[in-house]
Amino acid sequence: MWKFIASRLLQAVPVILAVITVTFFLVRIAPGGPFDSEKAVIPEVKAALEAQYRLDQPLFQQYLAYLGDLAQGELGPSFKYPGRSVNELIAAGLPATAELGLYALLVAVCIGGVAGVLASLKPNTAQDYIPMSLAMIGICMPTFLLGPLLVLLFGIQLEWLPVSGWGEMPGDKLLPSLTLGAAYAAYVARLSRAGMLEVLSQDYIRTARAKGLPEWQVITRHALRGGLMPVVTFLGPAFAGLLAGSFVVETIFQIPGLGRFYVQAAFNRDYTMILGTTVFLSTLIVLFNLASDVLAAWLNPRLRSQFGEA
Amino acid sequence: MNEPILAVGSVEQGTSLWKDAWIRLRRNRLALFGLVLLVSFVILALLTPWIAPYAYDDQNLDLGASPPSAAHWLGTDIFGRDLLTQILYGGRISLAVGFVATSVALLIGVTWGAVAGYVGGRVDAVMMRLVDILYALPFMIFIVLLMVVFGRNLLLLFLAIGAVEWLTMARIMRGQVQTLRQQEFVEAAISLGLSPVTIIWRHLVPNALGPIIVYTTLTIPSVMLLEAFLSFLGLGVQPPQTSWGLLISYGAETMEEYPWLLIFPGMALTLTLFALNFLGDGLRDALDVRGSTD
Repeated sequence: MWKFIASRLLQAVPVILAVITVTFFLVRIAPGGPFDSEKAVIPEVKAALEAQYRLDQPLFQQYLAYLGDLAQGELGPSFKYPGRSVNELIAAGLPATAELGLYALLVAVCIGGVAGVLASLKPNTAQDYIPMSLAMIGICMPTFLLGPLLVLLFGIQLEWLPVSGWGEMPGDKLLPSLTLGAAYAAYVARLSRAGMLEVLSQDYIRTARAKGLPEWQVITRHALRGGLMPVVTFLGPAFAGLLAGSFVVETIFQIPGLGRFYVQAAFNRDYTMILGTTVFLSTLIVLFNLASDVLAAWLNPRLRSQFGEA
Repeated sequence: MNEPILAVGSVEQGTSLWKDAWIRLRRNRLALFGLVLLVSFVILALLTPWIAPYAYDDQNLDLGASPPSAAHWLGTDIFGRDLLTQILYGGRISLAVGFVATSVALLIGVTWGAVAGYVGGRVDAVMMRLVDILYALPFMIFIVLLMVVFGRNLLLLFLAIGAVEWLTMARIMRGQVQTLRQQEFVEAAISLGLSPVTIIWRHLVPNALGPIIVYTTLTIPSVMLLEAFLSFLGLGVQPPQTSWGLLISYGAETMEEYPWLLIFPGMALTLTLFALNFLGDGLRDALDVRGSTD
């Protein structure tokens, strides 16, 4: 198991390095410097600014210096908000985003998982068709459409829930979490249904039933572990999607999170902020993929030996 | 010799496979509904300049935003522009992005996977390793980055999305080619002295069409979703051009007063995605494509 984790960690290093390198050079070759827009900056001031941000050095030296900073966990100063570092901005935005992501994941796993398992227990009945049709709607309905529609219904028409904000009014976290989690709940429902159907047709389930175990014990003790495997492997990639989805959800509901910072940084051409956030988010995604691989391997010994020997 | 007869036999088998698939697809009502809906949307998009009830840039500021009526079936936006016309023109862009970007992905993915699977050995290992690494990259973030860095133009949007979506296609194609190249007809082609390029394009790709078609059908909706996502954030299609994502984004801003501006473009996008997903699922069953490599 440790060998497996170590080999996956080793694979993650070049990926993260590639992300840093590609992002760094992409941002640098972008047309238009960050200080071009200010009208008539005195040349001396501009030079001083450029020196402060190391823009006067050769590109490759800038790159090495940036790598050095990163090694110390330093993401550099922001172009747009003078005096604030990218680290501070990320630290300010992360709690809201992490909380939103966590709730969305809970929505996805709880609602999706229960719906999928229920559907698999009585395939081709109403108990199967209704949740699965809802899941199809969830997959086809984009986050940026579902969000406004939910706001329109529950926020404006029914006036049950606040239309925006995060942690300011009771219940204002419900709509964003539902909006972000819905599509993933739909995927989880489909995956867990398919996984459960496959497991339920296997011999060891028949054995368990033949032993005279009550049906709910057959499900909880024997079927779930294998049946929910596809969901575990899905969670890693889903995390990347959740982050991207949080860009939209945070914009719709005006949540002061990382996603909104990122989109704003993109519009402001705040290069250090874009660079820092990309590196940060990418590392997070790679690590989350790693965690989901490890979890899957832990649950499924066959996968472990296959990877361990390769 | 018997060769011509053999050839005829195999051709017949080939057509019957497709016919078989078509019969199975026709029995799947949802998939058929998806196909009909999709074809109608594509026809509408192609004919838009002739059938749109108003000109694209027709404004009527005195009218402003008005709910659906006899003159404007789906109402008008805040500039008094006919929403149906906007949706039709937006659909052209959304569908074009879907099809063109998917074609880019298709071309790169099929070529990459076929070469890796056909050549095998170390080349294959290196090529697929690269795919693995790219898989791990957070692409949504990268596309946002690309659009920021290179400005927001449509051609770049096609390329950026296409460049992201080819990975799964490459994996599927490689798996197919690896199985196919063990078979006699490929050995025969090799011993006839055909070049690898000919073998790949004339013999391997046509035999892997089933999975390619299925996966293509399922890639188009994810591409369209990506375009709409970017346009919603303001990083995709730019005015004066429009797309469904952009219309949804405008609609969301004014939904409190003018909900139809959100609901109708949303319906257009959701219905199209529905149609493509149903069709893709139906094709998968009809062509009996099982367990692609990922």
